[in-house]
Amino acid sequence: MSRLSLVPCGEFKTSYRADTTLFATPLSRNMVFLGVVLLALAPLSIGGWRPVSDYWITLLIQIGYLGIAALGLNILVGFTGQISLGHAAFFGFGAFSSAWLNNTFGVPVALSIPLAGVMTTAVGMIVGIPAARIKGLYLAIATLASQFILQDFFARADWFTGGSAGSLAEPFALFGYVLRGDRQYFYVVLFFLVVMYLFAANMLRTRDGRALVAVRDHYLSAEVMGINLTKYRILSFGISSFYAGIGGALFAHYLQYVSIEGFDILLSVQFLGMIIIGGLGSIMGSLMGTAFMVLLPEAINAVVNILKNTTWGNIPAVTDGLAFFKQAAIGLAIVLFLIFEPDGLARRWRLIKAYWKLYPFSY
Amino acid sequence: MNWELLLQLVINGVILGTLYGVVAMCFTLIYKASQVVNFAQGEFLLIGAWVCWWLLTSFALPFWLGFLITFAFMMAFGILLQVVVLRPLIGEPVISVIMVTIGLSIFFQAMVKWLFGVIVQPFPPIFETKTVDILGLNVQPAYLMSFVISILIMAAFAWFFKTSRLGLAMRATAFDQQVAQSLGISVKKVFAMAWAISAIVSALAGVVFGIVNGVSSALSFFGIKVFPAVIVGGLDSIVGAVIGGLIIGILENVAEFADSQFLHVGNLYTIAPFYILVIILMIKPYGLFGTEKIERV
Repeated sequence: MSRLSLVPCGEFKTSYRADTTLFATPLSRNMVFLGVVLLALAPLSIGGWRPVSDYWITLLIQIGYLGIAALGLNILVGFTGQISLGHAAFFGFGAFSSAWLNNTFGVPVALSIPLAGVMTTAVGMIVGIPAARIKGLYLAIATLASQFILQDFFARADWFTGGSAGSLAEPFALFGYVLRGDRQYFYVVLFFLVVMYLFAANMLRTRDGRALVAVRDHYLSAEVMGINLTKYRILSFGISSFYAGIGGALFAHYLQYVSIEGFDILLSVQFLGMIIIGGLGSIMGSLMGTAFMVLLPEAINAVVNILKNTTWGNIPAVTDGLAFFKQAAIGLAIVLFLIFEPDGLARRWRLIKAYWKLYPFSY
Repeated sequence: MNWELLLQLVINGVILGTLYGVVAMCFTLIYKASQVVNFAQGEFLLIGAWVCWWLLTSFALPFWLGFLITFAFMMAFGILLQVVVLRPLIGEPVISVIMVTIGLSIFFQAMVKWLFGVIVQPFPPIFETKTVDILGLNVQPAYLMSFVISILIMAAFAWFFKTSRLGLAMRATAFDQQVAQSLGISVKKVFAMAWAISAIVSALAGVVFGIVNGVSSALSFFGIKVFPAVIVGGLDSIVGAVIGGLIIGILENVAEFADSQFLHVGNLYTIAPFYILVIILMIKPYGLFGTEKIERV
């Protein structure tokens, strides 16, 4: 069958190749290319006029590096069905590794970011060893413990993290050209995001990717079909840590300073919240969830700012409670999504697409 | 070797351990009855202690009345939480249930900080601060009271599950939900009661801890500390929870002793239980008393 320009109303696929294709139609492929090109144009300033404000660039960068880490977590939780409550620790480990490699051995930043990913993979696989024996909530508790142990390690290992002083990270440089400012760093994050996204999307089309899903759906059948459970469980931890490490390294070179604070259980929960809100087992959803999680505090900010101008603004509890509202909103969003939209934004997005496909005759 | 310090720390460990045991028991109660791993257990302590503190300081209520109102509030709170949030999630995968309780925990933590502030607040004093002499060591009466109350709670739990009708219904539900239902037990009611009891007893533990150390957000860390305790004891064993709590309480303090006397690594007090947790999960994931589900992974 030749390539269709629209998605047919049913399953007419005649080959496995058609079933696993990345883009169902040329239209969807072009839309993705258009999206990437638009993002690449976002930081440009045309004769002093900037279409996207500085503030939005920082938000987009945040969505980028957190999104990479969330993608990794979705491979672990959404595709392999392993629960990890320690993702923030891996994210932090990646941040420190990259800064450490760069500061101690003089590895150029462009190289230290992927190397930080590799180092984090090693740590993730060690932490993932319990996953070979336990699963479900026992694994959740084991990863919770590893979160605290790694956090303690950060505070203790002065040679690695700089202790309570934290460590400085060099700005990103390529062939001697130092990228300065958010608008230039944006391209680094975009590059890594596109590469990691494509890697995740393509990995799920391979035998290894399908094996991960089989482990999630029915581990006994998977084992009967010749899938080495131990290998894939630990591998999945490794891949997810690799993503977390890359995300963390990008975070480190963005802020150019890494503090031992901040890689706590709350960030781990936020990562889990991102993939739950985005949709477990959806690569696109991971990014949507990340965007939601990053923009949620901004929305709260906006609401409080509006309230400040009304009579409510005189109540100190409203204006002083901003930090608490932001935290409460994270928890509330997770709870509400789990109760009312357990499949996340990815499902909502599919419904919207289906609605417009059949518009106006949606019977 | 500083034997006196060691003994003092072990006694502290036993006292704190019984409190861990009580919280672990509440955690296990919820897990046994409704198969929910409650990451918001620490917030029960937090909310209970703050509500009680607020009643006692803002309205100057007598202690017994403040306690009673707190318990009534916590009962309603536990039931409401189960009915509104957890009931729609029955039959959902483990990750959903875990995440919903984590979400609740974050939400309540933030809300409590917003409502009551982030400063440690002392309870109005109940005892004159004369210390009691045990084995030549000084023990504060508040600690002693905490120990006695914990033991009383444990005895009450034992009585409740051995003889009372509702306790038997709960054990039946934990054993097999369908059979329990066919015998005329309302499983819904049992779930709600499990949450209510757990919330009340956790709040009591929170108040006791608050009287000793002051009320603050640090109380919610109990909810995390409870995991080493329940895993050591076995996730679905109430006796195991008590013993696990004691072991973790003593272990923490012994680790503190070893740390301050010999090792000087720092922070071992908080982190040692988690090393134990990982080791136990690796070699004996069902703990000392948990039911072994034979499942080769």
